[in-house]
Amino acid sequence: MNQTSQNIISTSSKEKTIKKVWDILNTVNDPEIPVLSVIDLGIVRDIKIDNEIVEVIITPTYSGCPAMDMIGMNIRKAFLKKGFEKIKISYQLSPAWTTDWMSEQGNAKLKSYGIAPPTSKTFHTDYLKNLPIECPHCHSMNTKLISQFGSTACKALYQCEDCGEPFDYFKCH
Amino acid sequence: MSPNNGKNDLFNYVLHLADSSLIMGHRLSEWTGHGPMLEQDIAITNIALDLIGQARNFYQYAADIINRNNKEEKNITEDNLAYLRDVNNFKNLLITELPNGDWAKTIGKIFFFSTWQFYYYQKLMDSDDKQMAAIAEKSLKEVTYHVRWSKEWVIRLGDGTEESKKRMEMAIHDLWPYTGEMFLLNDTKGIAFESKNKDRTYIDFTLIKNDWIQKVKTVLDEATLLLPEDTWMHSGEKKGIHTEHLGYILAEMQFMQRAYPGLEW
Repeated sequence: MNQTSQNIISTSSKEKTIKKVWDILNTVNDPEIPVLSVIDLGIVRDIKIDNEIVEVIITPTYSGCPAMDMIGMNIRKAFLKKGFEKIKISYQLSPAWTTDWMSEQGNAKLKSYGIAPPTSKTFHTDYLKNLPIECPHCHSMNTKLISQFGSTACKALYQCEDCGEPFDYFKCH
Repeated sequence: MSPNNGKNDLFNYVLHLADSSLIMGHRLSEWTGHGPMLEQDIAITNIALDLIGQARNFYQYAADIINRNNKEEKNITEDNLAYLRDVNNFKNLLITELPNGDWAKTIGKIFFFSTWQFYYYQKLMDSDDKQMAAIAEKSLKEVTYHVRWSKEWVIRLGDGTEESKKRMEMAIHDLWPYTGEMFLLNDTKGIAFESKNKDRTYIDFTLIKNDWIQKVKTVLDEATLLLPEDTWMHSGEKKGIHTEHLGYILAEMQFMQRAYPGLEW
């Protein structure tokens, strides 16, 4: 933090603002998987507060993710609603987003929503092998891959051999 | 639309990658609603989306390079680069503009192209140019899935029925002369790195080619197909020379911006 902004916002009120900013971000959901907040997804990389300007730095999940523009807009709207007027959304590509950054809470939410959460941690060639995926409906491990690409680029399509239900699996990335 | 103070090399280099991804992605998007089954229709359009996203990252960077050097002019955007250049200014690999043909031909194109991206981006990640390295790092993860998906299809078709094998064979045979261009070092490749740092060796395309051939051979073996013999290879990107197909792609892709300049959704 530089001198000018220190003059305007004292340290304690800045801490409060930062907490408020995170709280607001917790209410902004992914438009395609509305049970996940942008925090659960792990796409918020940093927050900078300088001279009343709140800068939120986000990273795309996938290069072509069509939700990104909408997420940026929704973040802006959420802040405007809470009285923040100077908002800057910045995009950052590196380090590249990984499913490792998804919160535990996010994974649990995914599962109860009917989407199998990513199985392994870190980008590893192992996940290119077809690891057993648990059915989010009946918890059977007897499932099979139908298609490597599901309703969105970040998901694959599976089917449970026991309960017969098809389900999305959030791929490791 | 070209910067002239030493940034030309980098600009062209970035455009070559942007154009290759865009044209490949646009071609694949033609499959939307025509895939052989719903799941594969979705898969191929997802791949198209990844590629167009990668192209956008490259175009945004290319636009930055120009804007940095042309302070007094109106800033150009990624859209200007994609929609307002003509055939001779496109620097994409020829393989990306070839018609989709049948499913086997499309699979062959994706497999050859993604495998090239896969090894190329691994090298590009070490670039001194931070933005190029970041785009490569981001894209590599996506490309890894494209390689896996297309590889499995090559094997399924090659080691499938008599008809599917014949078609996959024909696709490999037809596409092969367009693969040599991927490993040519020319104006649009490598030079950006050379001019930045003299004592650093830039991307070595011989290494990429070796990895690529090795991977292709392994997959073709499993698909019970033969690796084609060395043959004469097409090339045109360096001089902006294209097959007759690119003009048709641009006529469709750029129509709205040409007919209604500045149109926004």
